[in-house]
Amino acid sequence: MLEIRNLHARIAEDGTEIIRGLNLTVKAGEVAAIMGPNGSGKSTLSYILSGRSDYEVTEGDILYNGESILELDPSERAAKGIFLAFQYPVEIPGVATMQFLKVALNEQRKYRGEDELSTPDFIRRVKEAAAKLQINPDMLKRPLNVGFSGGEKKRAEILQMALLEPKLCVLDETDSGLDIDALKIVSDGVNALRSPDRAVIVITHYQRLLEYIVPDSVHVLYKGQIIKSGDKSLALDLEANGYADIIDAAA
Amino acid sequence: MNMQTAITMTAAETALVDAYTAQIGELPGEGAVLSARDSLLANLRQQGLPTRRVESWHYTDLRALLRSVPAFDPTAFAQRVDPLVSGSSVLAVLNGKADTKNLPAGINVRSYAESLIDGVAAADLVERDQDDAIGRINGSFVRDGFEIEVPEGTVLEQPLEFQLVQSAGQSHSRFPVTFGANSKATIIERHLSVNDAASLVTVVSDLILDEGADITWIILQQQGASDSHLAQVNFDLGTNAKLRLFIINAGGKLVRQEVHGVTTGEGADFKLRGINLLGNETHTDVTFTLGHDVPNTTSTEILRNVLFDRAKGVFQGQIRVAPDAQKTDAKMACNTLLLSDDADFSAKPELEIFADDVQCGHGATVIDINPTHLYYLRARGIPENKARAMLVNAFVDEIVEELEDEGLIETLETIIAAWLEKHA
Repeated sequence: MLEIRNLHARIAEDGTEIIRGLNLTVKAGEVAAIMGPNGSGKSTLSYILSGRSDYEVTEGDILYNGESILELDPSERAAKGIFLAFQYPVEIPGVATMQFLKVALNEQRKYRGEDELSTPDFIRRVKEAAAKLQINPDMLKRPLNVGFSGGEKKRAEILQMALLEPKLCVLDETDSGLDIDALKIVSDGVNALRSPDRAVIVITHYQRLLEYIVPDSVHVLYKGQIIKSGDKSLALDLEANGYADIIDAAA
Repeated sequence: MNMQTAITMTAAETALVDAYTAQIGELPGEGAVLSARDSLLANLRQQGLPTRRVESWHYTDLRALLRSVPAFDPTAFAQRVDPLVSGSSVLAVLNGKADTKNLPAGINVRSYAESLIDGVAAADLVERDQDDAIGRINGSFVRDGFEIEVPEGTVLEQPLEFQLVQSAGQSHSRFPVTFGANSKATIIERHLSVNDAASLVTVVSDLILDEGADITWIILQQQGASDSHLAQVNFDLGTNAKLRLFIINAGGKLVRQEVHGVTTGEGADFKLRGINLLGNETHTDVTFTLGHDVPNTTSTEILRNVLFDRAKGVFQGQIRVAPDAQKTDAKMACNTLLLSDDADFSAKPELEIFADDVQCGHGATVIDINPTHLYYLRARGIPENKARAMLVNAFVDEIVEELEDEGLIETLETIIAAWLEKHA
């Protein structure tokens, strides 16, 4: 589903290279975890997948279902099924959450040549998805993410993901700022979306999240490269021994 | 000796003076009304239209900007449209002529032409000060409008809509409105143009709010792209009176909306909320002065401006606090979203405070669309142009949401969204 080939990327504004020859393949149905110390390029990778213009790809390619997505803008990538759950969801005053959800859903459907959802159908879907994530309906009446607690913001991200039904889900430190109860609710939400035709990339610092969202593969990102890949036992190993041994071995 | 600089009259000044000569026989009123008109026109002829050298017109050089004045067009045709909010009582002024059919019950209302004819209007036809070009032009030519008294304790459940529809030529209207003690009403002053012909529209509204009156006054200006619109609202707030004035400018080529108020009773509260949607070559000026003349009165002013193309916008806001007006609380903010490199907005806040125990503040910001907001919306599949429109809408919608009336909010949101779709 996703194939990243020898990717090099830098910050557009000052030219700092962050991703330095990254290779990664994620298959449909797979849950891949990406771990790594601070500053290794984890969030940058997620932004590049989503098409954020603050970063420039200088070399290599990103293939999604066999096609390069480098020339697609963020909205096209989203409509094709790539979803990034943000580490820091953005507060947008004046944009009502429900209106945002409806526009996002219908714009994606329009792009794919599908009919727009009727209002009752849309409301029903939102209600169902919100109930599963234990989201208070009053929250949806507020402007997007404005005044949401950290946990509410993360749940709102998963709600969007559930409604938009993407094919490739990228979760950027979705566990940060969540207490154990919220972590469980969010993980259940993600697990509910696991399916043979959907891939999930979980970016995290901690093994803890991977107890709830059990990965098929674990990859260690360091200085913009994947320096080691393995199965879920690699995450346990990292938790016990830290990154130092793996970094030394790769050097 | 009266030293006068011999200046050549501009085309617009000549047209106004000539129009007066041609029209005066047709305009209602004689005696005191006629001599008031004559004296206003004499001042107009003598002083000409104000230039940038006049402080209050510095950013809107009317003499340079008002290039021409369309002739009166007695054959022009305009008709009523549906009210903005269904169920409203409509008082229509069609091409400057009040339509007196089906006047609403529960309030005292008559056409302003009647007031001009019986001479009561003579007292209105004065200049605020020597720079009052709008009062001068309107007072010289005023033909009609409505004079209204909302009796004490009257609560109007449905809005009252002044509907000014213009198709061509000129119209000069006036709306003296007295709101009796503890009355409550929503008034919509709506300016529409039915075609692309150039028009000159002037309107002066004089509001008196007696003790405890609670009034929402909404000005929705949607004139055509070649129209000139010169408007003035004057108000006097009595004890515990509340006035919320919403101004939406979404049309016109040359627009000056003046708001001049005083608080004359303790506990009075004034709110100004303005949305300027400016596109094409428009020049739109909102000029506001408020005198906090007595202790314990409050005001807040928030303007949100969105500029496209080569639009120019102006906000002048002056708050004066009289020496004994202690405990005044006044806050003014002017926020501008500049969406074109060729657009231009000037903001001039002025605070003149002569009391020592007051809270007064002002702030002006100029911003662009927040790129992180834009990226977030796009990352959810919303195309860039649509995402931009949503964010611009959000910028002004915060103001509309304050109206509290769901039907009115939805109607205004639809108008704003349609305007943005057309100009973005």
